[in-house]
Amino acid sequence: MKRISTKVTDLAPSGIRAFFDIVLGMKDVISLGVGEPDFVTPWLVREKAIDSIEQGYTSYTSNKGMPELRKQICRLLDNRYGTRYDFDEECLITVGVSEGVDLAFRAILNPGDKVLIPEPSYVSYGPVVDLAGGKPVFLNTDIANGFKLTAEQIDQACVKGVKALMINYPANPTGASYSRKELLEIAKVVKKRDLLVVSDEVYDELTYDFEHTPFSSLRGMKEHVIYLNGASKSYAMTGFRIGWACGPKDIIAAMTKIHQYTMLCASITGQMAACEALKHGHGAVQEMKREYKRRRRYIVGALNEAGLDCHMPEGAFYVFPSIKAAGMTSLDFARQLLKKKKVALVPGTAFGKGWDSHVRISYASSFDNLKEAVKRIKEFIS
Amino acid sequence: MDEILEILSNDARVSPEEISRLTGKDVNTIKKAIKKFEKNGVIVKYKTVLNNDLAREANSFVRALIEVSISPEKDVGFDHVAERIYSFPEVISCHLVSGPYDLLVVVEGENLQAVAHFIAAKLSSMAHVRGTATHFLLKTYKEDGQVLKKAQQKKRLNISY
Repeated sequence: MKRISTKVTDLAPSGIRAFFDIVLGMKDVISLGVGEPDFVTPWLVREKAIDSIEQGYTSYTSNKGMPELRKQICRLLDNRYGTRYDFDEECLITVGVSEGVDLAFRAILNPGDKVLIPEPSYVSYGPVVDLAGGKPVFLNTDIANGFKLTAEQIDQACVKGVKALMINYPANPTGASYSRKELLEIAKVVKKRDLLVVSDEVYDELTYDFEHTPFSSLRGMKEHVIYLNGASKSYAMTGFRIGWACGPKDIIAAMTKIHQYTMLCASITGQMAACEALKHGHGAVQEMKREYKRRRRYIVGALNEAGLDCHMPEGAFYVFPSIKAAGMTSLDFARQLLKKKKVALVPGTAFGKGWDSHVRISYASSFDNLKEAVKRIKEFIS
Repeated sequence: MDEILEILSNDARVSPEEISRLTGKDVNTIKKAIKKFEKNGVIVKYKTVLNNDLAREANSFVRALIEVSISPEKDVGFDHVAERIYSFPEVISCHLVSGPYDLLVVVEGENLQAVAHFIAAKLSSMAHVRGTATHFLLKTYKEDGQVLKKAQQKKRLNISY
């Protein structure tokens, strides 16, 4: 008897796992392979978490999450973007955005429903669609276009059975983001094709060249969009595992139904800390953003000089340069760079089969580290 | 704060070329701006923040905070007396403050006796100084925005999505 279900057995295996294990076990590595801020959570937020534990807030919360946190999220979306969500019926607190993605697809997909996903893509979107019984349809982007989907591309991909579009901006692993104008073009197709949009905007605060526009804030889009965000990247709170989903009542109700059986609720400590971050953490976010913006400029310039074709991303803290110049696969590049120069990064194939001539570099690392890493990469290539 | 100052106040070793790459501004513009900051006294000095408990030999250094009460002088207020006090090399910093005393003076010496001698012989006996209260520092936890701990262990994983 096969003990493991066919579905899980068939889930895309990760050839990169073995490489990750080596990196995780190694000491004295300069790591540009990290998908989280190199800042620690602002002290005012950590202090609030400690205080809440001391006060004895250690219980379950309502399935939907603490009302105070949901109110704060909805208030911010209204104030900043004019997008109104009812905190009680259109907002759900999740265990990170990862759970939000899972809930969204499980709530909307019937067996065989297709979901358009731009590639390179964050690692979980495809497998989560698979697990929910859907069928991921990957749409290629390219470096010349700044790794962005175009409205025409989405329109052409809308064959029979396409129900939803997964969009993530600023994006992991490319840092690509969309201006309001570009989003409006995509919104026209969404309307025309009556698509649902799962929009992962967890890097929204880290947008450098223009103001971030939530997809749901575009006219007529609120009913089409499941807006996902969280405290992880903006407030350097990855370990607290707090995310949120806002969307149409029926979809949030469906997501809450799954969430109440599988997760029950997000941790109360995390929720209280996230509430504090949203209320008082703005200054800390701006400080981090200024620092990332400078590092972005540095790393893009330095990598291009080193001979790796690298585009200027609009947000997040990643660049996705081409390693064609080095003439090897992305996994070999990553392995040898680690072995010879003790610099860690993530091979492009982690983010889609077709990305073997790219690597993801995270610049969420100190300036001293970046300088040293770039020096070693240069030595490695030449 | 100006972006160049923000970078340099965090790490004075960052070169003009590197600042140029971080900010996207021309190197010469950066160099000129730094010269100007130095000339008009915005940038006072480039120095290293030390953890003195580790950097110096044990028992070779004492620091004290001294509250100094002063009778202000006509026309010049506290400035004149303050200048006489802060001109001593033993004085590390000197602030005019609101509250029950007037100057907060930080003094450094090789040992307790040296600091005590400075207070008794120079400070307390100075004209217009009405009184002092001295607090010897026992331990410094944070200096110039830096928590003074030994290098911390990395807490992030080396790699993650």
